[in-house]
Amino acid sequence: MKSLEELKAIRERMKNQMDVRDQSGDNIRVVVGMATCGIAAGAKPVMAAILDEIERRNLHNITVAQTGCIGVCRLEPIVEVYVPGEEKVTYVKMDPDKVPTIVGEHLVNHQVVTRYTIGEALAAEQGGDSK
Amino acid sequence: MSRVRAHIMVCGGTGCTSSHSPQIAEAFEQQLKANGLDEEIKVVRTGCFGLCAIGPIVMVFPEGACYSRVTPEDVPEIVQEHLIKGRIVTRLLHMEGDEGEAVTSLNDTQFYKHQMRIALRNCGVINPESIDEYIGTDGYMALSNILENKIDPQEIIDNIKNSGLRGRGGAGFSTGMKWQFTKDAVSPDGVKYVACNADEGDPGAFMDRSILEGDPFSILEAMTIAAYAVGGTQGYIYVRAEYPIAVARLETAIAAAREYGLLGENILGSGFSFDIELRLGAGAFVCGEETALLTSIEGNRGEPRPRPPFPANKGLFGKPTLLNNVETYANITWILNNGWEKFAAIGTEKSKGTKVFALGGKIVNTGLVEIPMGTTLRTIVEDIGGGCPNGKKFKAAQTGGPSGGCIPASLIDTPIDYDSLTAIGSMMGSGGLIVMDEDNCMVDIAKFFLEFCVDESCGKCVPCRIGTKRLYDLLCKITDGKGTLEDIDTIEELCYHLKESALCALGQSAPNPVLSTLQYFRDEYIAHVVEKRCPAGVCKNLVQYKIDPNKCKGCTLCAKNCPVDAITGAIRAPHSIDPSKCIKCGVCMSNCKFDAITKG
Repeated sequence: MKSLEELKAIRERMKNQMDVRDQSGDNIRVVVGMATCGIAAGAKPVMAAILDEIERRNLHNITVAQTGCIGVCRLEPIVEVYVPGEEKVTYVKMDPDKVPTIVGEHLVNHQVVTRYTIGEALAAEQGGDSK
Repeated sequence: MSRVRAHIMVCGGTGCTSSHSPQIAEAFEQQLKANGLDEEIKVVRTGCFGLCAIGPIVMVFPEGACYSRVTPEDVPEIVQEHLIKGRIVTRLLHMEGDEGEAVTSLNDTQFYKHQMRIALRNCGVINPESIDEYIGTDGYMALSNILENKIDPQEIIDNIKNSGLRGRGGAGFSTGMKWQFTKDAVSPDGVKYVACNADEGDPGAFMDRSILEGDPFSILEAMTIAAYAVGGTQGYIYVRAEYPIAVARLETAIAAAREYGLLGENILGSGFSFDIELRLGAGAFVCGEETALLTSIEGNRGEPRPRPPFPANKGLFGKPTLLNNVETYANITWILNNGWEKFAAIGTEKSKGTKVFALGGKIVNTGLVEIPMGTTLRTIVEDIGGGCPNGKKFKAAQTGGPSGGCIPASLIDTPIDYDSLTAIGSMMGSGGLIVMDEDNCMVDIAKFFLEFCVDESCGKCVPCRIGTKRLYDLLCKITDGKGTLEDIDTIEELCYHLKESALCALGQSAPNPVLSTLQYFRDEYIAHVVEKRCPAGVCKNLVQYKIDPNKCKGCTLCAKNCPVDAITGAIRAPHSIDPSKCIKCGVCMSNCKFDAITKG
């Protein structure tokens, strides 16, 4: 037999799990590029790391989805973060080690991790070209 | 444990089950395992989504992509494309509109846009066999709140009264008043019963089944609350044995609720006890009538008895009994969680809330819809239902099944609520809505529903047992082309007597389809009687197939296909049909390439 407190605990736990089905558009969306290029570059472990990190921190209202080829295959694995009402942020050349930083700083504290974004990566490349 | 990133919802309603949805769910589980995705993606078997016409339906979250007419062979493609690479399989999406536009989300379809889901809120949304998922959608919040705060039963009843909820079984009696009567009734030994009428019998109606299949816990919770409010000690759900999925899910639900201490002794440690048992009905239509249903639960032959006394005072085993329909119970927790004001704000002055309809017959989107009261028939048929297939013209809609009446095309803008429907000679009924197009003969329709009542009459009272049979004989006489104008008068008189003198609602309402077709389509009756002609070309004895000699090229196709060799004629010369041999099967007409064959 369950007590009232246990019932409330179940409600909270299930609400969190059933977040995935929320279609209201309030959720933060994390999208991983999972076309052949992304998978070859190691998108699968990145995706797994994101899912683990979200679960570990018990975060709500975040959906993780995958998408096809984003177009800049040479910068894969790519992860895009859509916060409602804000411009999307594209992280490139991802690996599982970068995931906890992005989840902690961007998804929790709403601070974009600039050093991992596409802008920084392209600037670094251009800097390299001019040498 | 890793977070589950996607949910695959596979419809487990009766319609989709019969088109292999269990195999689809199994195929998904197998494919996910083979691709190492079974930890991060979950397969959920749900209740009915409502769009049965395009089933089996599979929804994939978080995208909310709605795949229609899925086969087990499509599963590997969905897994490879959508779940691994994130590309939605466009070819399996539901197409809508003239341009055949693919609709990704179910909520964007015309079918869903006009709907408002209260009773069906969890159907297709949760796994009906998981009590945890029900709790996750605020299930058992109403009950736990009542027990925790020891809410006064009268306050609950006042809430239900104020909401304006009326019985969804068809008669439309105030639910709050019914609860009040049962609460006020005195039981010498303190025993009172709370029962649920799940004996859904109208041809073409399946909303109660879908609610039981898709959200069984909501009924258990509502019945438990009702028991708390009226002082009930034991509950019964009377459900048809022909609903095996609903029965199985109810059994699972009852066992899970008992395990969690939400049914049985001392619920949630509050001291309040209530338990529910199932009773399976053998499928007699009359057992949907409340007194017959209670008699059947007692183990006796399912026959009605005169009222009063009403079940609220003297019901099951002679004790005060509260009996509500499945859909009525499905509204209860929503009202208590959201407040009666919110419920009372939906609908019309005297009909509050929403109503679920099972759309069937000549309509594109066969399925289950829930609309606010007061929505017009036009919205239901044209916008939600997508109109009649093959561009045929809408002729009439039958609501209320064999107890209801038809609404002709001229009244298509009638708002659907209890009182407007009664005013035009139909009734709300339990929610079957059968659409008819220009190819339906209204006399034949009336005959169909009456035949149902003849079969289902329990035989206890003379007016129903003999009256419906005589009425049926007269209608047969008309469709056979042997009727007279006097017969039509006799039919009307007999209808009147039947309505006045039958014992229960079955007999009293049996003439309704006849009376309403007579009211709106009298010309069709006259055509059958006077011109010996069936305008829709349905009544076989009045139809004649003819070959137009000017159009016939003598291709011999009709003669070759005729199963009874009724067509003769030389090659390249006009053919003719021998009426004495013709069995009016229509094969010649559908085979003719030159439109040379007519019926009339």
